[in-house]
Amino acid sequence: MTAAERPILPKLVGERIKRREDPRLITGHATYVDDLKLPGLLHLAFKRSDSAHGVIKNIDTSAAEQMPGVELVMTGKQLAEILGPMPIGTPFPSPDHYAIATDRVRYVGEPVAVVVAADRYLARDAADAIEVDIEELPAVVDPEKAMQGEPAAVHEGFENNLAVPYVPGGTGVDPATMEVDNSALDKAFAEADVNISQRMTNQRLAPNAMEPRGVVAHWEPGKEQITIWSGTQNPHILKTMIAAQLGVGQHQVRAIAPEVGGGFGCKINIYGEEYTAAAISRKLGAPVKWIEDRSEAFMATTHGRDILAYVDLAAKRDGTVTALKLRLIADVGAYNMLLTAAVPTLTMLMLNGTYDIPVVRAELTEVFTNKTPTDAYRGAGRPEATYFVERAFDMLAHELGMDPADVRRKNFIKKDAFPYTTQMGAIYDSGDYETALDRALQNAGWEQLKQERDQARAEGRIVGLGLAYYVEVCGLGPSASLPTGGWEHAGVTIERDGRITATTGSSPHGQGNETTFAQMLAEQFGVAFDDVTILHGDTGVVKQGIGTFGSRSQAVGGTVLMNAGEKVKKKMAKFAAAMLDANEDDLVFENGMISVKGSPGSGKTFAEVASFAYVPVPLPPGVEPGLSDEAFWEPENNTYPFGCHIVMMEIDRETGEPRLTKVVAVDDAGTIINPMIVDGQIHGGLAQGIGQAMIEEVVYDEDGQLVTGSFMDYAIPRADDLPWFEMDNTVTTTPVNPMGAKGVGEAGTLGSTPAVVNAAVDALSPFGVKHVDMMLRPEKLWRLMQGGGA
Amino acid sequence: MSEKATVSITVNGKVHEEEVEPRLLLVHFLREHLGLTGTHVGCDTSQCGACTVHIDGASAKSCTVFAAQADGSEVTTIEGVGSQDNLHPMQEGFWEEHGLQCGYCTPGMIMSAINLLNENPKPTEKEIREGIAGNLCRCTGYQHIVKAVQYAAEKGVVR
Ligand code: FES
Ligand code: FES
Repeated sequence: MTAAERPILPKLVGERIKRREDPRLITGHATYVDDLKLPGLLHLAFKRSDSAHGVIKNIDTSAAEQMPGVELVMTGKQLAEILGPMPIGTPFPSPDHYAIATDRVRYVGEPVAVVVAADRYLARDAADAIEVDIEELPAVVDPEKAMQGEPAAVHEGFENNLAVPYVPGGTGVDPATMEVDNSALDKAFAEADVNISQRMTNQRLAPNAMEPRGVVAHWEPGKEQITIWSGTQNPHILKTMIAAQLGVGQHQVRAIAPEVGGGFGCKINIYGEEYTAAAISRKLGAPVKWIEDRSEAFMATTHGRDILAYVDLAAKRDGTVTALKLRLIADVGAYNMLLTAAVPTLTMLMLNGTYDIPVVRAELTEVFTNKTPTDAYRGAGRPEATYFVERAFDMLAHELGMDPADVRRKNFIKKDAFPYTTQMGAIYDSGDYETALDRALQNAGWEQLKQERDQARAEGRIVGLGLAYYVEVCGLGPSASLPTGGWEHAGVTIERDGRITATTGSSPHGQGNETTFAQMLAEQFGVAFDDVTILHGDTGVVKQGIGTFGSRSQAVGGTVLMNAGEKVKKKMAKFAAAMLDANEDDLVFENGMISVKGSPGSGKTFAEVASFAYVPVPLPPGVEPGLSDEAFWEPENNTYPFGCHIVMMEIDRETGEPRLTKVVAVDDAGTIINPMIVDGQIHGGLAQGIGQAMIEEVVYDEDGQLVTGSFMDYAIPRADDLPWFEMDNTVTTTPVNPMGAKGVGEAGTLGSTPAVVNAAVDALSPFGVKHVDMMLRPEKLWRLMQGGGA
Repeated sequence: MSEKATVSITVNGKVHEEEVEPRLLLVHFLREHLGLTGTHVGCDTSQCGACTVHIDGASAKSCTVFAAQADGSEVTTIEGVGSQDNLHPMQEGFWEEHGLQCGYCTPGMIMSAINLLNENPKPTEKEIREGIAGNLCRCTGYQHIVKAVQYAAEKGVVR
């Protein structure tokens, strides 16, 4: 084929390209952790505590040990001899936390023993045969009582159950000394025309990735190496932590995230079950597998959210907000996990919202209780901030009789004010909040919706409209802000046949990086999409990496991939220049060819140049053979995507059942690589955000028993719970990375939750309702309509 | 547990005779005994649909059926629906319309969706949403799944 005959390659970046990942997934040929089989594989099952809080008096493992097929039973004390307390990723003082409880249990579901058996059914039987004698202690369930030291201490040495006693931030707080000056705050509230004051909760949620957690660990004696497969969002962090916990070198650990069935933040943490599997595999010299049941997941996988706020807002009569103050109390459950303590600090960071508020103050306390530990859950801290701020703004609008859109518009940070440093210390990179607001109002038909609502009300129906605006911190983030390091890594190799193989440290679990990253590289090199392959998830293949969370894949992982590509491209140009007897700066890469600018027919194909680079006779001066390079990169700042979500709700007067009749989303994630994938990400986020507002809530009773321990008691949205989402976007690029991409993985959860609650409160406003806490249980709404409290 | 039962189950057109524990779930028979790991397990209370297969032509949650109960039945799993080179229109629809992200719910979702079209070849959006309401997906928000089913319905696939 001559150059002239070569097909013109289509544009890729910004296009709707079908996903590379899908063929294996839709035919049932993908390999998730539970699909792995190894010769001699043994199975683990954990015996878990039925008590929320108590002292372990005795564990009788004799019946379990005698069951045929059982290889090993270990209690927490026995395991502690080979496995120390688990590390965390935050700097706050933290109680020892063993993979299996040694002397005391602190939440329902905490492991007390582990069984190793020849098959999964046997392992379960044996775990059930273990007798545990626990002397009950009072369960600490209410975080505000816990802060008074009531009714018990979850950990010794943590007075009043304070995990993080007091962190102030914002106006009047000296970040170096943490000294607090209240004068500006007091003045603003004293001079305000209107004060809004409300206690709000952001309830506890169960992440519920559809694939439960799972791990296979294989220590190879003699080789003295371990391979660990885990459904994790960050295999490189897993590798680092496993090495540290086993006391071996990192070169002895290979971590693999195979196909991962969703994460949503709960697969960032490295869990006790992963350490236990690794330690037991080494002890037995045999591969072991553990797969979580869904009922276990409700107890043993980290929960999300669970933060309450006393919100105070001061404003002028014209709707100008002059001060915002939040007292935040986070119920973090029984232990600090990898990022537990850090999540609520992200809530603090984002309390300015999209508004130019001159005085913003937050005070945070984190409290231990006898519940499953919390950690990141889609949005991790930012949906909480958005919820509190957007509820407060709606309450203000209601108080002043203003349109909720107008109150927001009045206070927006103006388009020309970026970069904008907030009172909380965030530096917003770029934004055009009015344009996205206008687009959302227009797409929703806001004015008409208001008329429809009023009309419906006149007919006696209970209808409400809700709007919420969000800004998110994404693209995490400089190393100063991430204990793991805030960079990402990529490698790019041009194979001998001219195909491109790249590696990324951003290990996806549904985000489609194999596709989007291939779009970018193919366009960068001017080759066909099908000629680019993206490898990820295996620390034996991908040299370094951080992982996928905080909507960072595109903004950080994408940028570093382009940087690595650029290095290889430069080198490839040198080889091509030598072959074409041209200047390397005069070359163009397009349609699978490298040619001299202005004479496209004269070039060499990718395969020709690659083949020459690997057998370079003669080797061009100053060039090494081969075409492969790598890059590390970290951003100087985070990115701050934003958007506006609008919903309409009708509540059944007889039953209190709420139903969404309209969802409109306008999101701005900066540059978009694949709009189809971006829509999918936002759809999923919307569903989760709506789920939180309407149907999801982890409930504990006063004894610390988990009431919502299965899908029978904990609902996640089903297809018929949701209306059609009307999607649109604006594009405000970020200067933080050369692509201008901001990130989109979590965005959907931010605006939708407060928009739904705002709609519910609007619907119930004729009944005098000013606020309702999530979730919107029909019974609660019904009571409010009867004039009772929630 | 010791006394085993012999079952004969036709899976994707192939007869399998195996000795099984009476309590062995069909989903584990498929996954562990036959190595057909496309059928997934997402819960232990029969609510997520990740394990959906067809038994004698109708969709069923294979975590809720003992292998022994399927004795003599014809079972179709995702692996029997279509192959890489010969995708079933429903698989094609999921690919075309981005009906999946992590893919964990997908095999069960596809099996339910095929069943839906077998019963109702031209469903409305509402009927699609109700038809797949027994299958949980945490990633997609379902909208692209609805489109995937519409795509397959458009192609007029009943198989
Ligand atoms: S595995 Fe959840 S319904 Fe079968
Ligand atoms: S695609 Fe992940 S659960 Fe449906």
